[in-house]
Amino acid sequence: MVQAGELSTPRRSRTPRAAHAGGRSRHAPRWRVLAVFLLPAVLLYSVFIVYPLLSAFDYSFFEWRGIRQAGFAGLDNYRDLFGVYPYDRQLWRAFAHNALFFAGTMLIQNTVGLLFALLLFRYGRGKRFLQAAFTTPYLVDPLVVGYLWSLLLNPTFGPVNALLEAVGLDSWALPWLGDTRTALPVIIVVNAWQWVGFPMLLFSAALAGIPAEYHEAARVDGASAWQAFRRVTLPLLTPAIGVVSVLTFIGNFNAFGLVYAMAGSTGSPAGSTDVLGLLFYRVAFVEGGVEAIGRSSALAVLMFVFIFGVSLLATSYFRRRERMLV
Amino acid sequence: MRAGRRAPGRVAVHLLLWGYAAVALLPLAVMLLNSLRPTSEIFTAPLGLPLSPTLRSYARVWTEASFSTYFLNSLIVTCGAVLLGTAVSATAAYALARYDFPGNRLLGAYLLAGLMLPIRLGLVPIFYLMDSLGLIDSLLGLTLLYAASGVPFCVFVLSAFYRSLPAELDEAARIDGAGEFRIFGQIMLPLVRPALASVMLFQFVPLWHEFLYPLVLLRSDEKFTIPRGLSQFFGEYTTDWSALFAGLVLATAPLFVLFVLATKQIIAGLTAGMSK
Repeated sequence: MVQAGELSTPRRSRTPRAAHAGGRSRHAPRWRVLAVFLLPAVLLYSVFIVYPLLSAFDYSFFEWRGIRQAGFAGLDNYRDLFGVYPYDRQLWRAFAHNALFFAGTMLIQNTVGLLFALLLFRYGRGKRFLQAAFTTPYLVDPLVVGYLWSLLLNPTFGPVNALLEAVGLDSWALPWLGDTRTALPVIIVVNAWQWVGFPMLLFSAALAGIPAEYHEAARVDGASAWQAFRRVTLPLLTPAIGVVSVLTFIGNFNAFGLVYAMAGSTGSPAGSTDVLGLLFYRVAFVEGGVEAIGRSSALAVLMFVFIFGVSLLATSYFRRRERMLV
Repeated sequence: MRAGRRAPGRVAVHLLLWGYAAVALLPLAVMLLNSLRPTSEIFTAPLGLPLSPTLRSYARVWTEASFSTYFLNSLIVTCGAVLLGTAVSATAAYALARYDFPGNRLLGAYLLAGLMLPIRLGLVPIFYLMDSLGLIDSLLGLTLLYAASGVPFCVFVLSAFYRSLPAELDEAARIDGAGEFRIFGQIMLPLVRPALASVMLFQFVPLWHEFLYPLVLLRSDEKFTIPRGLSQFFGEYTTDWSALFAGLVLATAPLFVLFVLATKQIIAGLTAGMSK
């Protein structure tokens, strides 16, 4: 969606006629022509996207016996998610892990991304190369990243621990993905390794948009580098921070492939890395039993409402902050 | 005084940035280098270099572990979906952007709503829909689903591009007696070609990587796409590390090639569009 905005704005702003072309002068063709143009997309989209999405809501309010719909269940499926063992425990645990995942990513990935953007802002030779290097990992499939790092972090044959031992840090050579205390933080760091180029690029673009006079004015007024950053640069980055936060939130709460590759479908060890995406997959297709359809649909609806609702709230919050700037 | 304080700071910045560049790239280099070493060597010297590089693991992965099949399946599904999704969106976006008809706004909002909806929400219903259509374990089913998932994004981008074209273009053609399909195919579509290329590339990457749907919808080994095949392969070849690394390289290589080839094309396309 970010790309979409970038693609469309330069052209639109360059052709003032654009607004006019979308106005009264438009042609009204015959219905048959319209149908040929519109029907394929509308059909494809309605059958494979809209119908299943609406069905998910519908399914979640019914009682299920295997694949047979048994009767209206009201909110029973939702209540089961919070009250029936093992979901009552796993749901909150997975939710907490997603929240930690988000907090950790904001703290590590997005802070480092901002730092890199600032350091690269006036960087001379090699800037292009560094930017390309930092963004390269996000061309790799998250699943591949997960499998790759599970090999690299292997306690017996993995190069990471071999390297730690080679430089004398033997006590740091831990079974990273086998310990319930380190597994989730390691996944957060690996995820940050893959995506750090993304906030960096967004922040770089935002920095380039800040007029140079602002920095000069701050310098003339005798502000230190930190003060200038804290009082001038950071507030002006609010829109970019908003976009990065919301996209990070959506991405982290939908995490699946990376965690699946590093921790399997159960979030091993001992569920210490279980996230909502894995839980949903298990309820729907692995261990849901005869109630699978109703409960997994209820979980999908809950996840959607939560992610969509928080994203909307966060977006409007950042909009308000932006307006306060002007 | 000031310069004196700055010099060590600048060295630290260089160290940090170039050090992190190594952190970003080294794991990928290790993946590539280890795929060229036999497993026994990887196990005895985890940090070693390929002293006598061999492509034997690639041969094994390609044929024995049926990566050739996964590769072909991924190619069929992704290319098919990108072409189909872009084609239907290119016509729909055109009608929405250039034609006046009742319900235009509503239909546009309906198609764009998909931008905000997570298609994973529909995973379970899609499974049963595919089941009732006989499209479980079928590349066609996956292709149709992927193509549909690209429609909102394509329509969003392409209709913006169509709207930016001057109204005189099609008016003049209409006065000259050109039919609607000819105006679309010979005048409008060529003008949005740069946008078509970008839109296709942006669809390609997430579809090439999609894992959850193949995990749920595909059953048999000969239908697996690369990510689905990879997860199977990691369960079966656990001790053959050389093969595992080779498999990861094979799963990654196509996108790198695509990006190296396509970046220039896309930048050229975009700038061509802007300087008009």
